[in-house]
Amino acid sequence: MPGNDNLQLDDNGRLRHFLGIEGLNQAILTEILDTAESFTSVADRTIKKVPILRGITVANLFFEASTRTRSTFELAEQRLSADILSLNVDTSATVKGESLLDTLQNLEAMQIDMFVIRHQDSGSAYFFAQHVRPGVSVLNAGDGQHEHPTQAMLDMYTIRHYKKDFRNLRVAIVGDILHSRVARSQIHALNLLNTAEVRVIAPRTLLPVAAESLGVKVYEDLEQGLEDVDVVIMLRLQKERMRGALLPSEKEYFRKYGLSQERLRRAKPDAIVMHPGPANRGVEIESSVMDGEQSVILQQVSFGISVRMAVMAMIVGHSGSAS
Amino acid sequence: MSLLIRNGLVIAPAASTQHEADLYLQDGKIVGIDKAPAGFEATETIDATGRWVMPGLVDCQARLRDPGQPEKANIESETNAAIRNGITTLCLPPDTQPAIDNSATVELIHHRNEMFGHRAHVYPVGALTRGLGGEQLSNMASLRDNGCIAFSNARFPLANNLVQRRAMDYAAGQQALVIIQPLDQELLGNGCAHEGAIATRLGLPAIPEAAETAALAKDIELVAQTGARTHFGQLSCARSVDMIRRAKAKGLPISADCAIHQLFLTDHDIGYFDSNMFTIPPLRSASDRDALREGVADGTIDCLCSDHQPHEVDAKLKPFPSAEPGISGLDTLLPLALRLVEEGLLPLPELIARLTLNPARILGLPGGDMAVGAAADLIIVDPETHWICRAADFVSKGKNTAFEGWDFRGSVTHTLVAGDIAYQL
Repeated sequence: MPGNDNLQLDDNGRLRHFLGIEGLNQAILTEILDTAESFTSVADRTIKKVPILRGITVANLFFEASTRTRSTFELAEQRLSADILSLNVDTSATVKGESLLDTLQNLEAMQIDMFVIRHQDSGSAYFFAQHVRPGVSVLNAGDGQHEHPTQAMLDMYTIRHYKKDFRNLRVAIVGDILHSRVARSQIHALNLLNTAEVRVIAPRTLLPVAAESLGVKVYEDLEQGLEDVDVVIMLRLQKERMRGALLPSEKEYFRKYGLSQERLRRAKPDAIVMHPGPANRGVEIESSVMDGEQSVILQQVSFGISVRMAVMAMIVGHSGSAS
Repeated sequence: MSLLIRNGLVIAPAASTQHEADLYLQDGKIVGIDKAPAGFEATETIDATGRWVMPGLVDCQARLRDPGQPEKANIESETNAAIRNGITTLCLPPDTQPAIDNSATVELIHHRNEMFGHRAHVYPVGALTRGLGGEQLSNMASLRDNGCIAFSNARFPLANNLVQRRAMDYAAGQQALVIIQPLDQELLGNGCAHEGAIATRLGLPAIPEAAETAALAKDIELVAQTGARTHFGQLSCARSVDMIRRAKAKGLPISADCAIHQLFLTDHDIGYFDSNMFTIPPLRSASDRDALREGVADGTIDCLCSDHQPHEVDAKLKPFPSAEPGISGLDTLLPLALRLVEEGLLPLPELIARLTLNPARILGLPGGDMAVGAAADLIIVDPETHWICRAADFVSKGKNTAFEGWDFRGSVTHTLVAGDIAYQL
């Protein structure tokens, strides 16, 4: 349907829903990062709360299991003083045969102002945003293999925190690009922020057929792909990929695509290593790298709270300052 | 009843001509073109000045959802949609509920069509295997005696190549036509969009070209082995067109169709997850679309069909991968075909042949031509009417169109089935 492209932005170019990085612009991404920065101090206060979402009810609707995303969303909501309703939908209504739209509309009837939704279907966030009442917002916490935009923004926050400027950076994303919503969002975000070079590194069975069309350089050899990069983003390799003939074995994957200290030396000496979690030690990443000096994996998690606070604050029209 | 249609531009697919003529109909047949047969007296006259008179369309693949899915459509609603849109013959794939694998279901379909006044001709295609289960052959000979015009397993897989070979052997021995929609189930997987840049960007599980072409290559080899007369339905890939072209050149007894929407839409039309654009086979790339058009133009693709799949609203009111595939196509078959003529793909009589004469010949059905002695299944079209496609105005029960808002030219003013006026504007 025409007009869907701008579903995320209102007539004044302000954020109305947060469905994907694609369709946003550099100014919005930068504003999210700046706003998130202003929220980092909230965590250091004795009372870790600001009243930006006071009186606003947020429903966290997770049709797929999640630990990290869901708990950081909840913390972000609490720190913004929202009223919170969290539902694991896979264990409730839809099992009883209720349609997705009915679930949504029943919750809307409880005067929910904002939905944070994770769902296994690509495009589900757009679907929800098309069907909520005017004034109700949808935040995508991961839709199928499409996008996971808040994860990408906290990754951008992490990169900016350590590297300041995107324009001279080479960033490599390593692993299961084909099935990764995180990778798609990261690629869009890195390109919107004018990153000098975005690379993806994976065996061919884990690459989408038209990967280059996303605006990346494709490498099937990890060592070549890591050459001179400033940022290495490792993706989680799901165990079920060993079935269905996508990969021969975890052992072979680690041999060819596992990030070891030795391989990391191909990157720039000050390169940072990131991982959206949860990581499989010894499958995609060596423990010594994960816990090593160049790893910023735990920092990513804590930045996740302020980035999610920023997105929610911007949706209710607040920007730039936590005071 | 005897009927005179005066002054229309008569489109004759077999002769590949169009010329102004008077048309004389009697007892359900065309009895004269240009000149009245001796003793002809018209009980009714239609003035067709400025209009086109052509055979009623023969849609070689249309699901009426009857029996079994009344929430989607039924024979009454869909035959009504057909005649309002110039389609006088509908061929029904066997994936009804229950499947068309037994004589009782065939009779039920015929009975229901009579009950609703036999507005259009309805021809069931029988299941190739029992319950479409892919393992045991259906009673093909008996089903054919009961009126099944061909045999197909619709989109359901056959258990293995041995079953397929035997099914084709058996059909060949019975001189029955086999219809195959080539699709490898494993390569299809849970895919819902063409494997290309759009599926990559949207993160939609992809359907590779080989899901169709690998199956088609095997199917063609089995045609060569068994000699079974085979029609390939709803092709979507450029490479498939090429394979059909080469197999025909070798003299294999094959024919092919594609759904008319494949000649207009590509994966780009999915936009941001528009579930009305979810079809199987999927909307493919622009170069596939262009190759299909070329195949239609040079005759490699013999027929165009609606691949009509009406749905209730809820079936599409879901995120893209969870929606049900298919487009409601009866209301747009003729206008899209006329647009192909306007775009210069083929002259009108030749294009119309792909929707009338060719499917009728392949499926062994009456009608499909404009000649003395032919069945008087014909339509009159006003070529000048402009209209905007609106799902809300669809006659079909299925409002799931992919052409909402399209500007069309040409509309049906009369539909005659077996000489009777089944619809009049």
